[in-house]
Amino acid sequence: MSFSWAKPYEPKSKFMQWLDERLPLPRLVYGAVGGGYPVPRNLNIFWNFGVLAGIFLTIQIVTGIVLAMHYTGSTDGAFNSVNQLIMRDVNAGWLLRYAHMNGASFFFIVTYIHIFRGLFYGSYKAPRELVWMLGLVIYLLMMATAFMGYVLPWGQMSYWGAQVITGFFSAFPIVGEPLRIWLLGGYAPDQAALTRFFSLHYLLPFVIAGVVILHIWALHIPGSGNPTGVDVKDEKDTLPFHPFYTAKDGWFAGAFVLLYCLVTFFAPNYLGHPDNYIPANPLATPAHIVPEWYFWPFYAILRSCTFNLFWIDAKLWGVLAMFSSILLLFFLPWLDKSPVRSGSYRPIFKRFFWLLVIDVLILGYVGGAPIVWWRTALGQVAAAYYFLHFLVILPIVSAFETPDPLPSSISESVLHGEAAEAAPLGQTKPRPGSVATAG
Amino acid sequence: MRFILGLIGAAFALALVCSLFSGLSTYFANPPASLASDVFHKEPKELHLASDGPFGKFDKQQLQRGFQVYSEVCSACHSLKLVSFRDLKGLGYNDAEIKKIASDWKTQVPSINPDTGEAATRKALPSDNFPPPFANEVAARAANNNALPPDLSLITKAREGGAAYVYSLLTGFTKQEGYKNEKGAELLKEFPEAKTPPNLHFNPYFANLNIAMPPPLTTDGQVTYADGTKPTVDQMAKDVAAFLVWTAQPDLENRHAAGLSICIFLLIATILGYLAYQQIWHEAKRTVRITGPLEPENQAKTKRAKAKQNVAG
Repeated sequence: MSFSWAKPYEPKSKFMQWLDERLPLPRLVYGAVGGGYPVPRNLNIFWNFGVLAGIFLTIQIVTGIVLAMHYTGSTDGAFNSVNQLIMRDVNAGWLLRYAHMNGASFFFIVTYIHIFRGLFYGSYKAPRELVWMLGLVIYLLMMATAFMGYVLPWGQMSYWGAQVITGFFSAFPIVGEPLRIWLLGGYAPDQAALTRFFSLHYLLPFVIAGVVILHIWALHIPGSGNPTGVDVKDEKDTLPFHPFYTAKDGWFAGAFVLLYCLVTFFAPNYLGHPDNYIPANPLATPAHIVPEWYFWPFYAILRSCTFNLFWIDAKLWGVLAMFSSILLLFFLPWLDKSPVRSGSYRPIFKRFFWLLVIDVLILGYVGGAPIVWWRTALGQVAAAYYFLHFLVILPIVSAFETPDPLPSSISESVLHGEAAEAAPLGQTKPRPGSVATAG
Repeated sequence: MRFILGLIGAAFALALVCSLFSGLSTYFANPPASLASDVFHKEPKELHLASDGPFGKFDKQQLQRGFQVYSEVCSACHSLKLVSFRDLKGLGYNDAEIKKIASDWKTQVPSINPDTGEAATRKALPSDNFPPPFANEVAARAANNNALPPDLSLITKAREGGAAYVYSLLTGFTKQEGYKNEKGAELLKEFPEAKTPPNLHFNPYFANLNIAMPPPLTTDGQVTYADGTKPTVDQMAKDVAAFLVWTAQPDLENRHAAGLSICIFLLIATILGYLAYQQIWHEAKRTVRITGPLEPENQAKTKRAKAKQNVAG
């Protein structure tokens, strides 16, 4: 592991020793999420969302595998297999389906908080660029998986969502239309598309799981970041992952899963769209085609481009803008040159960060609501700001901003550099790595 | 590279700003006319059912009345394809009653003649789904002025507003002449071209105000309730809306019960987990927030402790 004081694994039983000598799996687990992984002692609640994302990935895979046992991947049978067989006849089928539906939404909620945590605390900066980029790969895979999963019940929004999203490809000149037909296996979404979406929807979560392993592996080389952004200097700055962060992740996961259960059991269709309870009908276009809520900001960016500028037509601008809005995040480590990681010590960056949060919320609102002139205009302003924020404002701010003074170490930020006096006199307790005692 | 990326960002911003100005100029040059449905469409009325809320349970008497309305009125045109007769157990019917309901059902189930192999029909069994009133979509449209009566199995989940929408639609038919909205605007004066075409029926709760379905519940006493409830139009509409909540979510009671126990379990587990976390971190003398000895509370404690130990300062 990365720090010299990381405790090596010591088998506690004969069996574990036997196992460890032959297959050092216990050693791997101990070093990854056990007492052998030193973690900065000052992590706040926003550092819990990585583990939560892993929990929701697991929920999705487990419920998804069982759902696949009852699902029929045919255009005639898909809607009924979901809405009659699974929802009515399979034992607790309704629970599996609602858990899977809302699990997808909560997976995205957790991931968005995780991403914005990274944006605020500069988690994309050296030496964690690859952690950030692998995370974006996971996010892109999640989007593909979620989109294809939404098509599977073959309701109206499934069908028309597939129609609209695969239609993006036809915006590209020359290759676009043949590419779209090749991807769909036909001129419109039909049996061929449904079958391949089902196949890929089953495959991609395991690809995600693989990239998650790379993401965590890359993270464990430099170790976790922290809210001050200051590097770990010595043992005083860290605590072993277990039991400290397992305990913290544990109760927080409980609280968050409770929230998820409240929605799943008491408002299971709140985050969905009523039209997806109407069977797919290629001849009847819904009044408002909208994707699931987690795509709304990108949908707003897509719809905002309505002007043929230069030799590029409006549709292609929209598609390019939508793809670029995510791809530009891969360049973030090089766009933001500030040596200070944490937004807490960057007075100007901090303001722009919150502006970005509001901007993305506005884009989400615009993307989910029916088109009205003022809403379209609002979306266009917000979309323009989104690009300016990352590609123009951030590089300029990071070049000219004077950061606030940083604490000289993590433990200083926690203890104000006055270990002995950090707790009221007479109440100081010895702590791991503590040199000072109460006086 | 940052310069190139900056240019790309500026290009997107430019395309979006051009879109903004072209959109706004088009809007102000020819503002789109508002539609009658924008101004006169009504949100569903309020409807309270026993199944509402996190502790909601079905009122089985009401479900049975609603089922009676469905079978005597709605089922003439609307199918219930995803529900089977055996599911009626959830309404409180016993096996013999269900068997009788199935075999008495007015439409029979397609089958084949066991001797000749020719297409035939047979009486429905409890294991069958409700047979649809029309053999196929063409037949349904032919019988209904080219309109297709939607399947009702999931209707309260497939429409914005759910049961309240169904109830409002059923009781919302009214005369279009002289119809005014809450603000007192008269529909046909403001939008003379929005007159309901022949074969359609005016209903302000329907998205485009004109629905192909003729008013299905027209007179009090259209059905005769076995339990003595007075069958007013309003009551029948409420009952059938309640029944359609059940057809769309037969899991509702199980879901509420399971949800309650799971949430209580998780709440207790989370509280225990939180206490364990406090216990574990207490030893690490965790101060995650940037706080310390200068906090007024800690200063007061220090002062008290010093006074106790007779330390000056």
